[in-house]
Order: sequence, then structure tokens, then C-alpha cells
Amino acid sequence: MNDGVAVTRGLSVLDRPNSYIGKTVPRPNLDRLMQGRGQYVSDMSLPRMAHVVFLRSPYAHARIVSIDAAAAKAMRGVIAVVTGAELANVITPWVGVLTHLKGLKSAPQHAIAIDRVCWQGEAVAAIVASSRALAEDAAEQVMVDYDELTPVTDMRTALATETPVIHPDLGDNLAFERNLDAGEIDKAFAGSDEVVEAEFVFGRHTGVTLEPRAVLADWNPGDQRLTIYQGTQAPHMVQNISAKHLGLEEAQVRVVCKDVGGSFGIKVHIYADEMATYALAKLLRRPVKFVADRVESFNTDIHARDHICKGRIGVNKDGTITGFEIDDLTGIGPYSMYPRTSAIEANQVVNLVGGPYNAPNYRARARVVFQNKNVTCQYRAVGHPIACSVTEGLVDLAAKKIGMDPVEIRRRNLIADDAYPCASPSGMKFEALSHQASLDKLFAMMDYDALRAEQAELRKQGIYRGIGIASFIEVTNPAAAFYGVGGARISSQDGVTVRLDATGAVICQTSLTEQGQGSESLTAQIVGSVLGVSMNKVRVILGDTDNTPYGGGTWASRGAGIGGEAALQSAKVLRSNILDVAAAILQAQPGDLDIVDNAVVDAAGGAQRIELHELARIVYFRPDTLPPGFQAELMATRHYVPRDYPFAFTNGVQASWLEVDPNTGFIKLLKHWVVEDCGTLINPQLVDEQIRGGVVQGLGAAMYEHCIYDERGQLTNANMADYLVPMAGEMPDIDVGHVVSPTIESELGAKGAGEAGTAGAAACVANAVNDALSPFDVTITEIPLTPRLILTALGVA
Amino acid sequence: MTAPVAIQLTVNGERVEAQVLPRLNLADFLRDQLGLTGTHVGCEHGVCGACTVRVEGEIVRACLLLAVQTQGMAVETIEGLSDSGEVADLQAAFRTRNALQCGYCTPAMLMTAQDLLRYEASPDREQIREHLSGNYCRCTGYHAIIDAVEATAQARRGETS
Repeated sequence: MNDGVAVTRGLSVLDRPNSYIGKTVPRPNLDRLMQGRGQYVSDMSLPRMAHVVFLRSPYAHARIVSIDAAAAKAMRGVIAVVTGAELANVITPWVGVLTHLKGLKSAPQHAIAIDRVCWQGEAVAAIVASSRALAEDAAEQVMVDYDELTPVTDMRTALATETPVIHPDLGDNLAFERNLDAGEIDKAFAGSDEVVEAEFVFGRHTGVTLEPRAVLADWNPGDQRLTIYQGTQAPHMVQNISAKHLGLEEAQVRVVCKDVGGSFGIKVHIYADEMATYALAKLLRRPVKFVADRVESFNTDIHARDHICKGRIGVNKDGTITGFEIDDLTGIGPYSMYPRTSAIEANQVVNLVGGPYNAPNYRARARVVFQNKNVTCQYRAVGHPIACSVTEGLVDLAAKKIGMDPVEIRRRNLIADDAYPCASPSGMKFEALSHQASLDKLFAMMDYDALRAEQAELRKQGIYRGIGIASFIEVTNPAAAFYGVGGARISSQDGVTVRLDATGAVICQTSLTEQGQGSESLTAQIVGSVLGVSMNKVRVILGDTDNTPYGGGTWASRGAGIGGEAALQSAKVLRSNILDVAAAILQAQPGDLDIVDNAVVDAAGGAQRIELHELARIVYFRPDTLPPGFQAELMATRHYVPRDYPFAFTNGVQASWLEVDPNTGFIKLLKHWVVEDCGTLINPQLVDEQIRGGVVQGLGAAMYEHCIYDERGQLTNANMADYLVPMAGEMPDIDVGHVVSPTIESELGAKGAGEAGTAGAAACVANAVNDALSPFDVTITEIPLTPRLILTALGVA
Repeated sequence: MTAPVAIQLTVNGERVEAQVLPRLNLADFLRDQLGLTGTHVGCEHGVCGACTVRVEGEIVRACLLLAVQTQGMAVETIEGLSDSGEVADLQAAFRTRNALQCGYCTPAMLMTAQDLLRYEASPDREQIREHLSGNYCRCTGYHAIIDAVEATAQARRGETS
């Protein structure tokens, strides 16, 4: 652990003159986005392109009796109306399970429902027309006769014997269960001074990417190739899955991912309507475009959370936490999502609860049940907000029970910064975390004691402000442990190719994707630094399975740590190759040369020997002048995947300062602080903005966002007027600080930062609300913290 | 279905004549008929702000206006404001501050921010937040956007931030 300064692990390739590492430099390619010249899939058009609109079930659970498309097919502009049965001739169904999630089960899912619909919004027919408007007109004329079935909507009763089983072949509605028992929790609780328990409720919410999901699939019968233009985080995964179910070789599929209007995990999955679009392009032998409208987004983009988690914590009067116990229940909709499955979030909750603390006694049960609602799956900070809210909510309750300050109880129980490497009771391996240093830094940044004094003073005036703290751990840089070991062809390694072109500029091809996090920037910064080339001479190509190395893409906070290391290693090889060429030209030793500012220089003294553009000219146009037998290689590829640790855990702590109006139940967020430790900071500004964006996503979940279903499985607020998202007017300024503990597993030392903000934001807001309302002796353990919820708790609603 | 209607308007200073269906909204007209894809569509019911354009000098939601309603009017989009250089300093501030990530909200965010700065030379952070409160951004958390607009206002007043 090293506070805010570069690590001292010997002079690395990054500690070079004019290094871009650790520097805030603007991201490349922002100008075109700001000028309205981005190329999002929803902007794209191809010759002969048709538009598909999906007719979707109005029922949560119903048998499809008949579909009459005759009238629709006769309408102007209509190219085809295709049912599930017809499309099943083109694309095979799938089952969203992975073998390492033992016992996980799901039912076959079709691109378009065939006999039965299992959630409101499941597609029952595809209407393809020359324009979207005409397809929508025709969709209104497709007559579907449904026989409504009893929907399973309440996850609490999903496993009851009187509840219908959604997929009879599966035997029951239990998709997955995991039990963990570490240490001796019963004994620990029996010996504790206090045991506190609570039930935590997490509403369903969703990603609300501003650009909805969009795909343009182009089957070219002449080439026998399918080109898929899609806003996806994982192009090679899309290539694999689409080929597999269309009966194509992977080489017959090219996935191109240009600009993406937000992802956050929403666009890392494969949706039935996307599969249907690929299949329609093949069936109709022409490009077919699908862009979800906002209602479809709410009804079909994966939802997340929807957990009820009972938790218990044991504590002694001196503040020692003796153990945690949880019983988590989550409803995932009618199918486990494909191909990443819908059991990962519950599994993460079990992995992460209690993670920041020295508490060896831990028992957990997680049950994942089917229901007739939209599917849930991995969304930013998978499982983290639940684990963090349960853990930190319990810690605050324990502190309150024994009359200890929330910061003090954390200081006494957070794992010491010199205790690493170590493991959690759930078996998570921690290489190097910095909980104590992070808490100390946060304490100073927020001026905790002054805030407490202000809080006490204002309370005398009837103003109720609260402070909430939440420590967290974050899963980043996932190796094969996430998906590969379970049989999914989702790559955990990434590759980067770098080459010096004939003018001395550098072209990098990376398997990372860009959705605004800064993949291009971090790649260019690393490559430029290692090569000694200025960033404006480095161009990064990504998002194209035909033109990038094979790799995972950008998700689970893996870009900087995995793709970044691949960039570093490939640039090292190219640098060495360039110096070999320079040595041959200059009749020098490679070891005596260096590259600085786009020129080869003497390592000692720095005198310029040959500029890179001149070196490249010789290599590409006058190789005859190089020594006999010498072959220059100005292109290099390296891949990387972490091997020692299945995940690179990071850590951090957040604090919220807010005011609750006990008369209206409104919360005003006044300030938010985050200290986090993602190891080496490649571009501090980009890290800070990942944190801030993540925090606000977590604040949305904490206060506003909720997919509200009625008892018949109808989503009642599937629009942006009724589903509230955080807007500028209500959000606070967010101060971000860092502690830097690089991972020693890679030369770069970078860990991820994408989940941190979302991981802890809701937990500290909930703790702050309860702190603000402590004079009323109420405790709220449910999100979103709506005014109604608060007023109900206060007994005034 | 009603027949197409002939309209004439100016878009980014260029005269445009088109045949449009009465039901076609301005956002779809700009995107699909004129190829001005910098105007984005997020919610299609006036909440997210992604389709914000200027009509007769005032910002409007292009998804809530029909193309036929712009007959004889002057429409300006992000492409126009970019090419004229009107928002060059604001764009530079967004770049410096990394006030965009995916960039999908950004053209409209710039339109709305410029609208504020045209009428209010010295907005405080609260005013900036309020003026941008109809433009949804999922990526940034808004803080960086507020910083960039604040810095642009200061620079236009001749102050350095």
C-alpha cells in the first residue's frame, strides 16, 4: 500500500521520460461524439435494409392459442411476419446454465416464443418492413389469441407447493441454491454480547442506457457471411453464440461494434430479440435492423437486483464483530439469461458479504427462483450493492446497538492493511487491500468530526441530516473463474497488436471495446509510454472480430487491468524490435539505445540517433540497405490473463451527507465522498469519472429507480416519466480520493474501477438516512428510499 | 394514413424542402430524412432530452414536435453549432474535463448548456444543474458536465478557472 504516489517496484517500462501513465490526458476521439458525428448502431443504414418490430406479449404468462398475420402480411411495405415456430427453423434454442454453478437449471428459450409466453414483453412475432413505422403499423394488425395462465410473481412464494411451476420439466421454481458455512457461526453468535438482525429489500431496477439496445444484422448469401453491427461489450462472445445457434462456423460471422450509447452490463448479454434479428437477416437474405424503443427497453433489457436478504451480525461490547449470517432470495424471471446465466449475482452476494472485515464466522444461503417477470442478470457492480448494503447496514445496526460511532466500529474490524495476502471466509483471495488507509483518508476528506458537530447543531433546529459510511470490496480483472471454467466460450484473456507504420505512427488493435470508459485512451497512453511515441501518433482500433485479436471485451472492470497489460506487453516487444532495427542501422547495441519523443536516442545522454519515421522508411521501402539476413518485425502481439488470482479485488469506502425532511420524506443529497484503490492509476481523471458515474448509478438505485410490477406480472412504469432516473438537479458533487496498491500480478499493476461507485453508494445513503432519522428511532432497510417509504416508516403516511 | 405534406424550412442555415408524413416527428425527420444523426433519440416522449435541438432560437425536444410544425422555421442541430464554431469552447471544456463518456447524451447536453450560457453569463452550479436537469446522462454522474459548463462560463467572462 502506498498513498497516492507511484509504486516503488524498481524502474518499470512505465517510469520513462514523457510517460503518460498517471497523467490526465484527454481521451482520443471525443470530438466526433461532441459534433454529432458518432456512429452508433441506431444511426446506421445499409442498402436493402429492413426494419424489424417485435410484437410482444401483453401477458406475464399465457399460452399462445393462435397467431393470425394474414392482414399484416398484406400491408404496404411489409416484407415478412415471422412466428417463433417459423424462426426455429433458422436458429436453435438455448439454455442459460454454466457447469461451475452447481445445480443451476433453466429451460430452453427460443428467439421468439413458440407455444407459451413467460413474461410481459416476450416477443411472439417479428414484423419486418421497409420502415420501422410501417412495421409498427402492421404489428397492430397481427392477431394473437392467448390463453392466460397463472403468473408467478412473488418471489417469496415462488417455492411454495401451491405455486404453479413455470417450467414443469424442471420440477420446481428453484433455479439455483448455494449454501456456505465457514467457521462456527452458531457458537460465535451464542458467545456474542449482541446479535442484531434485519431484512434488507432491494427493488428491481435496470440500466436505462440512453441509446437502447440496437443491432443491424447483414447476411450476405454471396459471401456466406453474417456481419453483425451491434452495441455490445463482448464482440467475440456475440460471434460465438450467433454462429453456434445459426449453424454457422464462427469464421462466417463478423461482429462490428462502433460507438455504443451506454452499456453498464446491459449490453454484455445476448437477448432473444437480438438472436431473432440475426436469424431474420439469414432467413430474408438482407440486412435487418432492430432498435429497441424505450418501452421495449424497460420490458426486455435485463433487470437487476430484486433481492430480499435477511442478515444477522454478532458483536461484542468492545466493537468486535463476531460473524455474519445471510439468507438471500432473488427472483430472476422465467429463464436464466444466456450465456452468462442469472445466478451470478446471488453467487456474488454470498462471496462478498462481510468481505472487508475480520469475521471468520460466516454462514450464507442464496436461493434464485423463477418468476413471470422480465429476466434479471449481471448489471454494473453485480451483487456488490446488495452485499455492501447488507454488510454495512448490519455494521451500523451493530454499532448503534453497542453505542459506538460508525467510523470507530469499522476501524476496529476492517482487515488491517498489513494483513495481506489473506482470504475471506467465502474463499475470496485478497492480494493487497487498503481498507484502513482508505477510511483514514475519507475521514480527513469529509472532515468527519466537523460534520458530526454540524449535524448536532442543526438537529436542535429541527433539521435532520445524516452521515452514512460504507466500506466495500470490488471484484475486478476476472480470470477464467468467472465464465470459462463453467464451459462458456467467453474469453477472459485479451490481446493487443501494435505496429509501427511506414510514417512512424502506431496502430494498435485491441480486443477491448469502448463504451466511453476510456479503453482507447488507456491503450494509447500505455503504448505511447512504453514505445516513447507521442499519443497523437497512436491510433487504436477496437470492436471488430475480423480486425482485432481474440479477447473478452470490456466488462467486469477488466479493461485496464487485462487489456492494459496486454497493451503494455505487446508494446514492449515492439519497442525491442524497433531497437533491434535501430541497432542494425546505426551499428550500435540495442541495449545502448532508447526511444524518446518519436526518435531513437542514445540511452546514455539522450542524443537523437534516428527518428522513427526515418527508421520505418528504411524498413518498409529500403530493406535492401539492412544487413543481410536481418528481418525487421515492426508488429507485435501479446495476450494477457491473470493466473495467480481468479479476481483482482479492490477496495474503497464511501460517505454520504444528506438531509431528510420528515414532513415530506424527501432526501436532499448534500455531498458524497469516495476513496478507492484500483492500483496503478493510468489516467486519474478517467478513474474519477468512472467512480462518479458509478456512484450516481448507485444513487439512482438508492432513491428512485424501481421496476414496479403488479401482482399479475405487469410492469407498471415502463417509461422514463414513471421510472425515475437520477438527473443533474438532484445529484450532489462527488469528491474522489485514491489509495494506490498496485497488483503485483501484472507489470502494469492496474486493477479495475468500474464497479466501485455503484458498489457502495446505496449502502451509505441508506445508512445516512437512518442516521438522519435516528431521533425518530426508525430503521429503514429497503431501497429505493422513496418519500412514501420514509413517511411510512415515520408513521405519517 | 394521410398523405405526405410538403414543407420548407432551414436546417443549419440550409434551405430544405421535403415531403413528410404528418405523423413524422422532427427527430426522425432530421435523422432519417436529412441524415443528421447527431440528434439522438432516447425515450421518444420528451423526458430524456437526447433529441434537443433549436427551433427559432429556442431549445425544444425534437421528439415532441412534428416535422410539419417546423414549416418555415429555422432549425439548428449539433452539426450546425459545431460547424459554425458556436460551441467550440464548450466542446473544448467538455474534452478537457472528460464531461462525456459514451457521448450519446452529449450533443443535446451541449445544446442545452449553450442555451443557458446565451441567457445567463454567470450561472452558479445550482443554476447549471437546474438548467441541465432535463437532460439524462447515465455515464458521468453530471459532476464533470457541471464543471465544464462552469469553466466555459468563466472563460467567456474573461476569467480563468
